[in-house]
Order: sequence, then C-alpha cells, then structure tokens
Amino acid sequence: MSLTKQEVESVARLARLEITEGEIGRVVEKLSSIIDFVDQLQTANTDDVMPMAHPLDMGQRLRTDEIFEADQRNRYQVNAPEVEAGLYLVPKVIE
Amino acid sequence: MEWETVIGLEIHAQLNTVSKIFSGASTAYGAEPNTQACLVDLGYPGQLPVLNGEAVAKAVKFGLATGSKVARRSVFARKNYFYPDLPKGYQISQFELPIVQEGKIEVVLEDGSTMLVGLTRAHLEEDAGKSLHEDFKGKTGVDLNRAGTPLLEIVSEPDMRNAKQAVAYMKTIHTLVRYLDISDGNMQEGSFRCDANVSVRRKGSETFGTRSEIKNLNSFRFVERAINFEVERQIDILESGGKVVQETRLYDSVKDETRSMRSKEEANDYRYFPDPDLLPVVLEEGYIEDIAATLPELPAQKRARFIGDFGLSAYDAGVLTASRELGDYYEHVVERLGGEAKLASNWVTGELAGALNRAGLDISQSAVGPQALADMLGRVVDNTISGKIAKDVFEAMWSGEGTADEIIDARGLKQITDTSAIESVIDQVMAASPGQLADYRSGKDKLFGYFVGQVMKATQGKANPAQVNELLRQKLAG
Repeated sequence: MSLTKQEVESVARLARLEITEGEIGRVVEKLSSIIDFVDQLQTANTDDVMPMAHPLDMGQRLRTDEIFEADQRNRYQVNAPEVEAGLYLVPKVIE
Repeated sequence: MEWETVIGLEIHAQLNTVSKIFSGASTAYGAEPNTQACLVDLGYPGQLPVLNGEAVAKAVKFGLATGSKVARRSVFARKNYFYPDLPKGYQISQFELPIVQEGKIEVVLEDGSTMLVGLTRAHLEEDAGKSLHEDFKGKTGVDLNRAGTPLLEIVSEPDMRNAKQAVAYMKTIHTLVRYLDISDGNMQEGSFRCDANVSVRRKGSETFGTRSEIKNLNSFRFVERAINFEVERQIDILESGGKVVQETRLYDSVKDETRSMRSKEEANDYRYFPDPDLLPVVLEEGYIEDIAATLPELPAQKRARFIGDFGLSAYDAGVLTASRELGDYYEHVVERLGGEAKLASNWVTGELAGALNRAGLDISQSAVGPQALADMLGRVVDNTISGKIAKDVFEAMWSGEGTADEIIDARGLKQITDTSAIESVIDQVMAASPGQLADYRSGKDKLFGYFVGQVMKATQGKANPAQVNELLRQKLAG
C-alpha cells in the first residue's frame, strides 16, 4: 500500500471531498493502486528527455490585446444562488 | 546579541493591458461590480483561456530590461486552492518554468550608494477577484472584475538586510515598470503591491532563520513599517528563547503591527501541475529581438547620463529620473535654456516640485510647461531678474498670469543693475542707520546682512544682489 490513510485524508480535505469512515479503506486501496501503476514510469530512463508540459507538440497561440466581451452581468447572475448590489454573495469568509 | 535581518520581496505588478490575460473582458479600474467579469473569469465549466500576447510582450520587456534570462519556452501551471474570489478553484500561474529567470537590478540607496539585488524570477499569472466583508446579510460579497487581470510577480533573492533597502528596491522596480510602460504602478488602486519575506539570524550565521511572509503591502511606507515591526517581533521571540513560526501574516496599518493569518495556513499545499488548457509559450529569437528594439532608455542609463552630461549630483539625477516624464521635462528645460543644467535642476526639483506637490499634480499636469520655465530662467541668467524675484514670477506664472516677460513688465520687476542707482540707495540707507554703521565699522561684521536687507527693502528686492554686496562692502569700509 503506497498511500497512508492520513495522506488520503489530507488530499481529500484539500480537494474539499468528503470521505466517510466506511469508505476510506477502499479509497486508500484504489488510489494506491493507481499511484503504483503510474510508479512504473520511475523505472524508465529519462536522462535525455525534456519534461513534457502538454501532449500537443506546439507553442501557445497569442491573442491580440482587445476587449471583445460585453457586459452580460444580468444574464450571468441569474445562475447565482444570491446576489446583491451586483455582487455574488457567498457564505461569510473572514481572514 | 547582534542580529541580521534578511528580506526578500515578491512584487505583484498589474500589467497595463486593456483586456485580461486569458479573456476578452476589460481590465479598466473602478467599474460597477462584475460588469467586467465574463464566463472565463467566472470559471464557468467548458470555458477555455486564450493567452493575451501583450501580457507576454510586457513580461519579456521586463526580463530584457533587467538582464534576466527570457525563457524560450515557459509553461503555465495551476495553483490549486479554494477561495470565493477564485471561482475556478485554481489560479493560472507559472511554476517550474517561468517566463523570466535569474536577473539582477542596481538599487540606489538613500545615501547615494548602490547595491545589486538578485531577481530569482518573474512569472505571469492572473489576479483574483475581490471579497468584500461588509455586512451583506451576514455573507461575503464577491466582485470578479479584477479576476483575470494580468500580473507579473517579480521575486527577489533574499538580498536585502534592512527595511530601507527593501523600500529602495521596491521603488527601483516601481520606477522601472513605469519607464517600460508595462504597469501604471498605481498603488492606491492595487496595481503595484508586494509580499515581504522576513527573517532574522545571528550576525555571521550562514543559514537563514525561519521566515514569515507579510502579505499585501500596498505602500512604500507600509513596507518599511511592517518589516521593522516584524524584525522587532522576531528578535523578541528569539531573545526570550522562543522559536519563530513559519507563517503568513497581515500588516495592520492602523495598529502598526503584523498579525497571524491562521486561516490560510492549511492551504499552503497548492499541488501545482501544468495547465492542460494552455500550451507552452514558445518565443522565437526574432520576437525577442523586436521587443529589445523597443526598450526605452532605462532609469539607470538616464541617471548616469544626467550625471555625466549635466554634471548633476547622484541625488539630483536620481530625483529627476524618478519618472520618464520628469526626466523629459527637465531635458526640455535644459535644451531650451541652452545649458545651465544645475540651475534647471534646482528649479525643477525645488520650486516646480513644491508647486506640483501642493496642487497634488504630477509633472504631466504642470501649470508651467518646460518652455515657459526655461524662458523664465533665461531672465535669471541674463540678469533681468534676481533668483529671489524669479520665485514671485514663477508663482504668478503658475496661477496663469502670463509669460515670464509679461509678468516682469506688468509688475515692474526688472532688476536694478545700474551702479549709480544702487549706490544712491546705499547712501540713503547708511544715512538712515548711523548707529548700525558705527557698530559695523567698529567690528560687528554681522551687521553686513542688515545693510543688505535694508537696500533690498528699499528697492523692493529688485537690486542685483551681487552688485549690492560688492558696492556695500566698498561703501561701508568708508
């Protein structure tokens, strides 16, 4: 088992995933098997290989610096649970 | 115990593009909330980022101007954390392969000496939105207009040893980004802000102490005060046998102290990975050469030229090159005046700077243009008016009373240079002050100033001061 229960709990917390006590054992097992599978790559010699950042072998196309998005706030805010004075309202977050 | 402070800064400069780094929404400041937040900025599913070429060009400019390595291939990565002002759940940033790497910049300190500060890297990223914690039915309001504004995060080496050096470095970067026209540098609007990494260690120690990171400092004064507070706090902890905790802190300008931001502690695991929505940025040599050709004269070059060509002090040259516009103004004055570089420098950094300050204007809004100022100074040089009268003329010009010559004529300010006229005034003054005259002649040299004052008063300040001095000295000697 390559992952510990604590590691899985910590990753789940960072990703805001809720995993119940009943599920955790199975998740540790499954995630570990995925990690172990990928770990096989560690055996390959990559000394002369440039790390791949993207599967497509191309450079990023650059856009001209122009404004082309009009204000559609009213349409977008229809989808929000709550808005006030043009702001999206969310549960209170305090520093 | 002697302690040494170690400081590194992460400066965030908003790049002054008209549209956002990954979307076509406007970046203009001060709009109604969320009217400049499109689907990409809102993090809607299925929306894809398209990179703004101007943001890349501006980052390259910065790299070239600081002699840094401009990466021929750089990669965008996702920095993952949850916060309401970041609706995607990640910030698009650069991690392992930033666009600008390993440079250095010369910083002029208060005493005129210089130091080199290393630049670790500068990378492109998107700004987050703003959370407003005023009471909206007990909730937090989110404005995403700022989300997606391009930022250049400039990371220094931990090369600074006190708060003043850190401020001088920050000012140097601030001046540079405005010279390059890559950021407006407006600190009130948050276009230019920094995080300070601060630690202390025993003098002579090779290893760094544990650091704290002070977030979101948006004025030079706050940077200096926050660092000074933090250094004291850490030294107090260490001297009383405690340990500094590595943490993020906020500076409270009202209480002038830093305090812990516990809420963000756990989030410090960002799980960066290359963003699959963006391809690597590949820059050709020709592209970089084209940008290099557009670089303006840099502040350090201009400063050196002002010292070399105009014979200015390092201090004056530093003041005059603080912005491109101020340097241009000064050069116009000298050009029109045909020299007199020192006189022009005194006026631009003195009377003119004072008037601008009082009116809360910057040089481009000056009520007196460089030609008008040069013409007025020409009248000082040709002895039409004295330097003292010139200040009155300047004030009248500032309040729109006309050109220097018009004001000199209308007010009858022409200097008295006629020797016999000045002599007759001196005779009157001496006759009216027999006591002072006797005292002066019996050795009270200090009274010379009294006589100068009286002559100036009698001529309403119009007598040529050099002539007054010379003639008085002869006459008083008897």
